[in-house]
Amino acid sequence: MPENVVLEARDVVTGYGEVEILHGVSVTVHEGEMVAVIGPNGAGKSTLLKAVFGLLPLRSGRVFLKGEDVTNQRTDEVVRKGLSYVPQVDNVFPSLTILENLEMGAFVRRDGRRDRLDQVFSLFPDLVTRKGEVAGRLSGGQRQMLALARALMLDPQVLLLDEPSASLSPKMVGLIFDRIRVINQGGTAILLVEQNAREALSICHRGYVLAMGANRLDGEAKGLLENAEVGRLYLGA
Amino acid sequence: MATIEAGRERFRAALRDYQRAAGGFLTGAGLWLLIGLFFVWAFFQHRDALVTGLVTGSVFALGAIGITLIYGILKFGHFAHGDSMMLSAYLAFFLVSGVIVGERQDTQALPVNLGDLPGAGERIWEFSFGYGLLLAMAAAAVIMAGVFIALDRAVYRPLRRRRSGIVIFSIASLGLALVIRSLMLIFWGADPRSYTRGFRSSFDLLGTRVLYDQLFIFCMAMLLMAAVYLLLYRTKLGKAMRAMADNPDLARISGINTEQIVLWTWGVAGALVAVAGVMLALQAQLKPEIGFIVLLPLFAAAIVGGIGSPHGALLGGLIVGAVQEVAVSTDFPLLGEVSPGYKFSIAFIVLIVILLVRPRGLFGAKQ
Repeated sequence: MPENVVLEARDVVTGYGEVEILHGVSVTVHEGEMVAVIGPNGAGKSTLLKAVFGLLPLRSGRVFLKGEDVTNQRTDEVVRKGLSYVPQVDNVFPSLTILENLEMGAFVRRDGRRDRLDQVFSLFPDLVTRKGEVAGRLSGGQRQMLALARALMLDPQVLLLDEPSASLSPKMVGLIFDRIRVINQGGTAILLVEQNAREALSICHRGYVLAMGANRLDGEAKGLLENAEVGRLYLGA
Repeated sequence: MATIEAGRERFRAALRDYQRAAGGFLTGAGLWLLIGLFFVWAFFQHRDALVTGLVTGSVFALGAIGITLIYGILKFGHFAHGDSMMLSAYLAFFLVSGVIVGERQDTQALPVNLGDLPGAGERIWEFSFGYGLLLAMAAAAVIMAGVFIALDRAVYRPLRRRRSGIVIFSIASLGLALVIRSLMLIFWGADPRSYTRGFRSSFDLLGTRVLYDQLFIFCMAMLLMAAVYLLLYRTKLGKAMRAMADNPDLARISGINTEQIVLWTWGVAGALVAVAGVMLALQAQLKPEIGFIVLLPLFAAAIVGGIGSPHGALLGGLIVGAVQEVAVSTDFPLLGEVSPGYKFSIAFIVLIVILLVRPRGLFGAKQ
C-alpha cells in the first residue's frame, strides 16, 4: 500500500450551536486507499464528513488535502482542489435530468468533461439510457448510483461517502458496494461512513471506530472484523 | 326515521362519489379542457378583448418570470417587482426626454436626451416610437440589473447572513416597494405620462384592429421568454440556477458558488423587469401607482403557472391577462357588465379557482 497521505483530519473538534459533537477526531486516508468509519448511531460519523468537507466549521483541529491546509475553506474551493462528497439524503437534483445532474458534478471543471462523462457512464451503464429523464423519477438505488456518478464527474482525489447503503434493498446494497470497489480500484481514495459495518469493513482496507465523538479503535479492516470488542458492539456477533 | 337516515346516507355517498369524480377530472385533463374552451370561446365572442388580454398577459408573463426566478433561487415573494417595473418605465422615460418634475413644472435634467439624438424620435416602421426609446429601454435594463444587484448587497444579503425567515425577506421587499413608489412620485409627479403622443397605427387581424405597438410588445415579450428559456435549459449558468432552486445544499456541495448565482439571478430579473416595465407603460401609460396595482396579476400569473416554473409563468400571464380583459367586456347573466375597475381583482378570482383544483398551479413541481 502506498504511504502518501492524501487526506488527513487532525484532532477535529466541531458541533452544532452549543452542542459539541466531535471532541478531537483524527483520520488519515492514503493514496488509492479505501477507509471505513463505523460506529453506533450518534457517534459523529456523518458530522466528521461534513467537517472534513467544510460544511461545518471546525472549532479546532485541521484538515489537510495532499498536504495543503484546507481547514474551513469555502466548499467551492475545496471541490476545486479535488474533494467530492456524497450526502446520505437529498443527493440528486430531482428536477434536473440525469445528464444535467452529472454536468453539475463537473461544474468547477474547465476541461475534459466529455471524456469524464464517458468514463462515468461506463461505470454506471444504467444511467446512459435514461440520461434525458429527470432524476426525481429514479428509484432509491438508481438515485444513489446517480449521486455517486455526480461526485465522480469531478475526478476527485478523495471521495467522501455518507452511508451509501442507507435505506436500500440488500440486493442494491451489494450493487452499490461493488461499484464503490470498482471506483477505488480505479485509483480514487475513498472515506466511507457506514452503519452497515460488516459490509463496509469487508471491502475497505482500513477502518476507524468512532464512539461518543472520539476515536475508539482503528486498524486493518480484516483485524477490526475479527476484533472481539468491535464484533460485540457493532457487528451484532 | 330509519329510512330517512338511510336515504340521507345514500345521498351523502352519492355526493362524495360525484365530488371525487369531478375533482379528479378538474385537476387533470378537465382543467386544460376548460382553459382551451375559454380561449376558443373568447376567440369567437370577444376577439378584441382577447387580443388586448394576450398583449397585457405577455407583459404579465415577463414580470411573473422574474418573480418566479427570484422565488426559485431565494425562496421569497418579491413584492417590489411591480414598482420596480414602473420605476424602469420612468427611467426609460427620463433617458428619452430628460424630464423630471421641478418646481411645479417639468424641467430638463439631462445634458443629452436619447430622444434628441439625430433621428431618434422618428417612428420605426409603423410603431409609435423611434430608436431613442429602444436605446433607453436597453439602458434601463442595464441600470435595473445593477440596481437589483446593489439592493441584494444592501438589503437581502445581510438578511441571508442572519438566516432570516422568508417573511422577513418579503416584508423587506414590500418596504422597498414603498420607497420606490415614493421616489417615482418625487421625481416625476402623480400625473400620467406617455412615451409618445399622437396617432398609433393599427392593422387588421382576423377582423380585429391590432396596434402595431401591441404587436411589438407581444413579440418582444415572447422573444425574451424564449431567451430566458434558453438561458435556463441550455447554459451552464442557467442549469446551475435550476440546480440551486432544486437543492441549494447539493449545489454548494457540487462546488457551485451560490452567492454568485444569487447575483446573476438579480441581474437577469432586473433586466427583465426593465423591459417588462417599458412594455407595460407602452401598452397603457406611466403612472406611479400602476406598479402596485399590477403586483396582483403578476403574482397571480406566477402562482397560477406554478411558482418556480418559467413556462408556467408564461402560460399563467397569458391566462390572467386574457381572462381579465374578456371578463370586463362580457355581459354576465344576473351580474350584467363588470366595471373595468374590477379588472385586476379578476386576476384574483382566476388564482383562487385554479388553486382550488390544483394547489401547486399548472406546472408546479410535485413535492
